[in-house]
Amino acid sequence: MTAAPATPVPTTAALALGDDALVLSHRLGEWAGHAPVLEEEVALANIALDLLGQARVLLSMVGDEDELAYLREERSFRNLQLVEQPNGDFAHTIARQLYFSTYQHLLYTELAAGDGQFAGLAAKAVKEVAYHRDHAEQWTLRLGDGTDASRERMQRATAALWRFTGEMFQPVEGLDVDLSALEAAWLEAVGGVLRRATLTVPEGPRSGAWTAGAGRQGVHTESFGRMLAEMQHLHRSHPGASW
Amino acid sequence: MATAAAHQTYGAEEAGAGTAAYERAFDAAVAADERIEPRDWMPDAYRATLVRQMAQHAHSEIIGMQPEANWITRAPSLRRKAILMAKVQDEAGHGLYLYSAAETLGTSREELLDKLHAGRQKYSSIFNYPTLTWADVGAIGWLVDGAAITNQVPLCRCSYGPYARAMVRICKEESFHQRQGYELLLALSRGTPEQHAMAQDAVDRWWWPSLMMFGPPDDESAHSAQSMTWKIKRHSNDELRQRFVDICVPQAESLGLALPDPDLKWNEERQHYDFGPIDWSEFKEVLKGNGPCNEQRLTQRRRAHEEGAWVREAAAAYAAKHNDTTGAMQA
Repeated sequence: MTAAPATPVPTTAALALGDDALVLSHRLGEWAGHAPVLEEEVALANIALDLLGQARVLLSMVGDEDELAYLREERSFRNLQLVEQPNGDFAHTIARQLYFSTYQHLLYTELAAGDGQFAGLAAKAVKEVAYHRDHAEQWTLRLGDGTDASRERMQRATAALWRFTGEMFQPVEGLDVDLSALEAAWLEAVGGVLRRATLTVPEGPRSGAWTAGAGRQGVHTESFGRMLAEMQHLHRSHPGASW
Repeated sequence: MATAAAHQTYGAEEAGAGTAAYERAFDAAVAADERIEPRDWMPDAYRATLVRQMAQHAHSEIIGMQPEANWITRAPSLRRKAILMAKVQDEAGHGLYLYSAAETLGTSREELLDKLHAGRQKYSSIFNYPTLTWADVGAIGWLVDGAAITNQVPLCRCSYGPYARAMVRICKEESFHQRQGYELLLALSRGTPEQHAMAQDAVDRWWWPSLMMFGPPDDESAHSAQSMTWKIKRHSNDELRQRFVDICVPQAESLGLALPDPDLKWNEERQHYDFGPIDWSEFKEVLKGNGPCNEQRLTQRRRAHEEGAWVREAAAAYAAKHNDTTGAMQA
């Protein structure tokens, strides 16, 4: 999106951020035609498109976007395990959005303020992400403070995804931000929204030894391979073709 | 924005009395190509016809998301994936416009969706065909959206204002989709032999169903005459179908793809392309619910609605609790 960088792009970081956006965009794309109201068909597709746009910029910093998206295998993807989690019900999707978009918003705000390789991308994306975050917060409030049934579902979803949230604050090579400050801000923001939504902030571990940093190192959860199989199948079936 | 003094708002106390005068004013407004607006008096049958047609149109946008969404997760490049996602999003938006426009006639989105789910209102028969390969996404854009545009551009001048205005917005986006579909097929047609074959196969499967989108032949079209008088419809089914064929033939040639009709040839005398007979028995079967995907499409729509019920209930409960906090619903 910007002029050729004067210094080498931090590949690990660009892949990490790009894969996050790519994979979450794909998951949101699975909602098309299945959303609870038409307005959410529009909103979820809109968020998916924003994320896909970010992914394309980030992956293009590293190489050919399609080669990177369609020809890498599971162990070479650097996305967070959080974003690859299946959609589940609407509450799971919203909990995943709340956790991720809050992180992404805080992170991109930091990056946009700096003068690193990601400042340009982050300055543009932060406006989109602010909308994603607002959307997730508003739905968290509605589901948490809606009916008994919706509160129960939202509580279950926030708890189920909690253990994937520690990974967001593991160091990534080339990502020059104060992660512990980011984590503190994230905990405060997410905790605040959950409490306003009359939900209990989950208490379980956020980064069990076996998950900490795993996605960033190419170790993923089982559903991810199946997601990639679907995503990559057509492209891989026609080697060298252009579309 | 009714401009004519002839437009008269229908007062409840006047029901029954003086209907003839209202009718004359309505007929005069339509004859003068003026727009009928929601608060204007209109014949009950005009209202019913519009509700039926606009609901069917809205439902088609919503059901029409399914065959294309079927390929979002498998789109072969990130650029194509973005285009397809944007298109499916636009369709949801078109559905929203059209439900809003229909609501100006005194119905509600909920009521219309209930009728769709109960099978009491239809959607376009074309969406009962499956998308079996990636090329189908291109064929839908080129042919199905192309047919829709041919049908819908005249609706921008339809006598009912809210419908006409919705169509102006929708047609702009539809023609964009149509060009993208064409461009997708062109890339396949000029690609590898496998890609070319994929494109040809898709066109073979979508050509005839697209021609059926214009509806039954003029001599069998139940609503046509009345709709033409009311200026809801501006051209006959067969006229529009012919216009579409005339547009498609040269496009198919520049795509390097054949249209699956041995009878297709230029008629110098008519200055139109002649084309072969349409299999109306297939059309009728699909309309009756026996097409390849009728069951699947409706089941998925019903399921999305039913599985989303708790979400809608939560939003309503939250709104009821927080109705004093202005801005809370402006998410």
